Amino acid sequence: MIIPFQHNALAHCESGVTSNLLQHYGIPISEPLAFGIGSGLFFAHLPFVKVNGVPGTTYRIYPGQIFANVCKRLNITYRSEKFSTAAQAMQRLDENIQKQIPTGCQVSVFYLPFLPEVFRFHFNAHNLIIYGKENNLYQVSDPVMEHVQTIAPEDLQKARFAKGYPEPKGRMYYIEQIKPEWNLEEAIKKGIKQTIFFMKSPPLPWFGMNAIAFLSKKIKKYPQLYDQRRASLYLGNIIRMQEEIGTGGAGFRFLYAAFLQEAAQITKNDKMHELSKEMTLIGDLWRNFAYYTARICKARTNDSASFNELSDFLYDIYTKEKDFYNQLSKIYK
Amino acid sequence: MKINEIPQDQKQFKDGHNAPKKVMYVTQEDGTYTQRTSLGWEVENLALEQAWQDIDEQLNHCLQLIKENKTSPIHYYMIKNRMDIPILASYVGKWKWQVKRHFKPSVFKKLNEKTLQAYANAFAISIKELCSLS
Repeated sequence: MIIPFQHNALAHCESGVTSNLLQHYGIPISEPLAFGIGSGLFFAHLPFVKVNGVPGTTYRIYPGQIFANVCKRLNITYRSEKFSTAAQAMQRLDENIQKQIPTGCQVSVFYLPFLPEVFRFHFNAHNLIIYGKENNLYQVSDPVMEHVQTIAPEDLQKARFAKGYPEPKGRMYYIEQIKPEWNLEEAIKKGIKQTIFFMKSPPLPWFGMNAIAFLSKKIKKYPQLYDQRRASLYLGNIIRMQEEIGTGGAGFRFLYAAFLQEAAQITKNDKMHELSKEMTLIGDLWRNFAYYTARICKARTNDSASFNELSDFLYDIYTKEKDFYNQLSKIYK
Repeated sequence: MKINEIPQDQKQFKDGHNAPKKVMYVTQEDGTYTQRTSLGWEVENLALEQAWQDIDEQLNHCLQLIKENKTSPIHYYMIKNRMDIPILASYVGKWKWQVKRHFKPSVFKKLNEKTLQAYANAFAISIKELCSLS
């Protein structure tokens, strides 16, 4: 059984899966709109959550949030299920395919054979859509791939039951029912308001825009705290989380700018259009930041002058983002 | 990022040349956003290559330690599979301190079939392969 499904290659896995699933049901939501309405933009630096010994940095919201937020805000009934056994998880997926329901799955990229080896780390927050099964192979629409793929049941099962943080536990999600009426402007408003809330309000230093300043201060201390190799690995990880597969570059800032541009047209709000330009500039700054960071990694240096400079550059991004969210919050005063 | 600034730097290490083209959101001359694809960017390539170099260095170091009878093949295959101790521990259903203990060659030699099979499964290899390194 193969469900007729239109695969579009997109920038980011979860906003891509969300957009592709919605379009399957005839709801024309582009990837930037899904990202913005789903409040996908975020920032967090968690020095105490180490993956392979390197402190975690994220530019996105917790996995599953984008899809759930978009559905709620567009009046769509959806289901998200987790499983205690792999057999159950695979059986439920097969049932969905029989019922012609394309289904989103949270997976680890480590077990996806169609990805090149270089990308395959234990990153468990990847998303893809299963839209069929034929000759004992599942049909896969993975937004970061140009074309559709196939995957063997054993591999898919491993990917869905990968261990480590965040554990997918076979999580699958799908649309149950579309209601005829939804309010796009209201959905945009809710999406923006939640992003402002998540970026501005966390009282803890590790989350939201304050975490950018927090990371900036951390970087300043790297040369004193760590040897050259470790400092370089830490910096490298910040770039990888920002620029690697599925992030759309510059840690989602361009995706958000594209969202604001589309939202400005829908809501006929010029201020949003201005802020889209602002976000594009911030995205460019993040790319420059990545560029300077890579230069330090490449030079294999540990001198504090370079780290100070890098730290100041990031602090500058922090002040610009802070200003951005302050202006954004004025739109829905 | 502007449409004419999209980097097209292919990855030149491991199987990086097979990397899928990446969709990027870029601005056109009039400032409106559009999608274009990129083969990669030297900056992200460098960060990824560095991560792999680190893995290779750790693997070499591990082989040396195995020769000197200071660590077990479990340690080597853990790194080869890009795992760390917490991840490996959850795959084999052990505590972290147990996995650490299994890094000791003397303890590794005494591991029973069931435990060895759990590790072999986690690394997607046979027990024979796992033990052939020590």
